[in-house]
Amino acid sequence: MFTQYKYWYPYVSPHDPCPPIKIKSYSTPPQLYIAFQPIGLPQFPTAKEALMHGTLWPQLYSPYPNPQKRNEKS
Amino acid sequence: MVWYYEKKLQYPVKVSTCNPMLAKYLIEQYGGADGELAAALRYMNQRYTLPDKVVGLLTDIATEELSHLEMIATMIYKLTKDATPEQLKAAGLADHYVNHDKALFYQNASGVPFTASYIQAKGDPIADLYEDIAAEEKARATYQWIIDLSDDPDLNDSLKFLREREIVHSLRFREAVEILKEERNTKKFF
Repeated sequence: MFTQYKYWYPYVSPHDPCPPIKIKSYSTPPQLYIAFQPIGLPQFPTAKEALMHGTLWPQLYSPYPNPQKRNEKS
Repeated sequence: MVWYYEKKLQYPVKVSTCNPMLAKYLIEQYGGADGELAAALRYMNQRYTLPDKVVGLLTDIATEELSHLEMIATMIYKLTKDATPEQLKAAGLADHYVNHDKALFYQNASGVPFTASYIQAKGDPIADLYEDIAAEEKARATYQWIIDLSDDPDLNDSLKFLREREIVHSLRFREAVEILKEERNTKKFF
């Protein structure tokens, strides 16, 4: 499995004018790792759940904002 | 191709806070370079010269982009229809009001009008599909930044739906590339 967010640590200067954001992150959603959707992928149990998630397949769902948000974007 | 219009939105649009400034940001997805209009027109136009295996996909996605355009229009309309000129001014929409009153217009968040140079049709199927994948990723990112700026939970719910659709469309375009590569099911070792 893959993670939906990646983290990196930008250089922090002692002379930065603003309080530094030490950890930055970016989104890496499922389409980057699937390439071609296999046949018979499990679907959400109800149509309503699928609508609310924006996709029929839980494995294509990408949460935003990052649910495990660390101390970024202050 | 014939379209049948169903008079309802693809996903419910509810706006719970009176914050016309959000309309200013949402216009980016209405008439901006990576917005829904650009997406719909790009795919609807490219599909004529693509191999027939993937034409249907572009028709379907272009049609869905039009339904997203209507969701964005609904959001912008709800956020501005009851605003006074003073409120629009406070929201940074005075220049919009001068030019358009409360009418919607195909322009980006900075007021730059829509232009066909936002989209491309190169005629090379791989080049065109790679542009489409990039367009979906850029639209996904734009939705992320609008969600970051918005504190309206109901509006954000609809925006998260639209962001997820960009992800699904990106995957479908990536699959279209794989189909055109035609090496998918052959065991090849390079």
